[in-house]
Amino acid sequence: MTALQEKPKAVAPSGPPPRRRGKRATALAGTDKLVLGLMLGIPTIVHVLFVWIPTLGSIGLSFSRWNGIGGFEDIEWIGVDNYVEIFTEYPRFWPAVQHNLIWLAFLLIVPTCAGLLLAVLLDRELKFSRIYQSALYMPMVLSLALIGFIWQLIYTPDGGLLNSLLGLSDKPVDWIGDSDINLYAVLVAAAWRHTGYIMLLYLAGLKSVDPALKEAAALDGASSVQTFFRVTFPVMKPVNIVVAVVTVIEALRAFDIVYVINKGRNGLELLSVLVTDNIIGEASRIGRGSAVAVILLTISLGVIIPYLYQTFSKENRS
Amino acid sequence: MTAMLQRPSAPVPAQKRPVTPARIALHVFLILTCLMTLAPLLWAVYASLRTYDDTSVNGYFSVAKSLTFENFAKAWEIGDLPHFYWNTFLITIPALIITLLLSSMVAFGVSRFSFKFNLILLMIFTAGNLLPQQVVVTPLWRLYRMIEVPEWISASGSLIDSQLGVILIHIAFQSGFCTFVLSNYMKTIPYELTEAARVDGASVFRQYWQLTLPLCRPVLAALATLEFTWIYNDFLWALVLIQDGDKMPVTSALQNLKGTFFTDNNLIAAGSLLVALPTLVVFFVLQRQFVGGLTLGSTKG
Repeated sequence: MTALQEKPKAVAPSGPPPRRRGKRATALAGTDKLVLGLMLGIPTIVHVLFVWIPTLGSIGLSFSRWNGIGGFEDIEWIGVDNYVEIFTEYPRFWPAVQHNLIWLAFLLIVPTCAGLLLAVLLDRELKFSRIYQSALYMPMVLSLALIGFIWQLIYTPDGGLLNSLLGLSDKPVDWIGDSDINLYAVLVAAAWRHTGYIMLLYLAGLKSVDPALKEAAALDGASSVQTFFRVTFPVMKPVNIVVAVVTVIEALRAFDIVYVINKGRNGLELLSVLVTDNIIGEASRIGRGSAVAVILLTISLGVIIPYLYQTFSKENRS
Repeated sequence: MTAMLQRPSAPVPAQKRPVTPARIALHVFLILTCLMTLAPLLWAVYASLRTYDDTSVNGYFSVAKSLTFENFAKAWEIGDLPHFYWNTFLITIPALIITLLLSSMVAFGVSRFSFKFNLILLMIFTAGNLLPQQVVVTPLWRLYRMIEVPEWISASGSLIDSQLGVILIHIAFQSGFCTFVLSNYMKTIPYELTEAARVDGASVFRQYWQLTLPLCRPVLAALATLEFTWIYNDFLWALVLIQDGDKMPVTSALQNLKGTFFTDNNLIAAGSLLVALPTLVVFFVLQRQFVGGLTLGSTKG
């Protein structure tokens, strides 16, 4: 991430500020101490109260049986029963896991390759480069809920664009209704939006690669393809990590688009849908929903922790 | 958008560089890719401009008999869009301003003073921004039902079903990303600047408000652009935390529109485009800020 950052132009490049160990809060006057305390304290309390306390709450509630409506005295503690039930009996769980995995694999392959390719193509002196970039970034500003609506016009069996283009108007394919294919239909729409983002990340990454490296490789007789895979791509490791983190999180968060299309049923089950169904859907089993949330949390920590490590370990050293 | 598309139909040769076949192939490939990227939206525009009678007889994949803005007017009215735009405005603007204010305070604190807990604090904010919302949502929903607020803020008497509740979670959640980006930026501002002010007797608040914030104007603009689209586009928080369909922001209210418009796809297309319009305008007007913001810090789903 820090590697992606462009140095602000207005500021003289003087590197990171030197750490002054002596300048602690003790050197501050009383009012300043109070003001600083509030400036750091209020935002932290808001963030922790509404993000981290509920996260801990999910962990706690995952060991309980509760309908969520009554008071806390109605909570029944049942140990790991929710997890056992989810893994062995809950019929929607394994399909959801499978769909999330397909979602992740698809996003890791299609938009990443397409985004990288487009970034490489656009990373040169090129006429109309800005126009191309605008067009390719455009889907990024649309919400996935909206994308669900727009793409239904393409997939709809009666007069949809896709069936007409493929000449299937006579016996139309129900791209959204058929549970064997609807996941992929939705994934194409999700990838449509994700590609621009990946391209943006790689374009910034490519710009930050020292041109001298490429020149040196060219002098040594490397072809441009060799230079890319042996020099440029490995140097972009920080960007690759960001791309991986962004994609995994995106795959775990996926919700809006399937909810808009069919409320996450009939082939479009996702872990996120199983969680929200307990609050807005017909099932009202807070304990089971929380257990699914904890599973989501565990997977996401698998990328969050390495990411934090790589972002902040550098900082500690400097 | 369409105006942009028409121009690059035949690549004009660069003045200095000779036109090689490879260059032409590159342009052709890029033009086709861009057209494919824009196609879903253009298709929606096309459908929205046609009448129900036209498409029900001839199908969507046909040359339009006539083009009309009628669907937009109808969607605007039936969908009660002004009302839902207003709801979105009531949520987005306060959430945006307070998020930037709070994040810049934390970023100022951790980048200008070397407290022992700086790193931990930054990690809490950065990790919080990466959590899937579903990890938070169930206990949050319950927490909101417990927190009592006066009737004039929320008719339900609690944070649930109130715009304030949605604003609060946006602030809490988005401040993770903004704090991370702003603290990275503030670290590049020379330390001597605030130190000199301190020696001159400027209070901590003045160092923040009059010295640091003005220097952060470009990054604040970038973050404001990004946060506007993200908060505007929010679907989940409002869907879960607001049950009264009348209070929904426009993105979540799309779900209601679907019912209102039954199967008139032309009307749905028009409604969708109207909902997309503010973010598209922001994107085309403030594209530099948008892209710059995403490049500065890049962790957001």
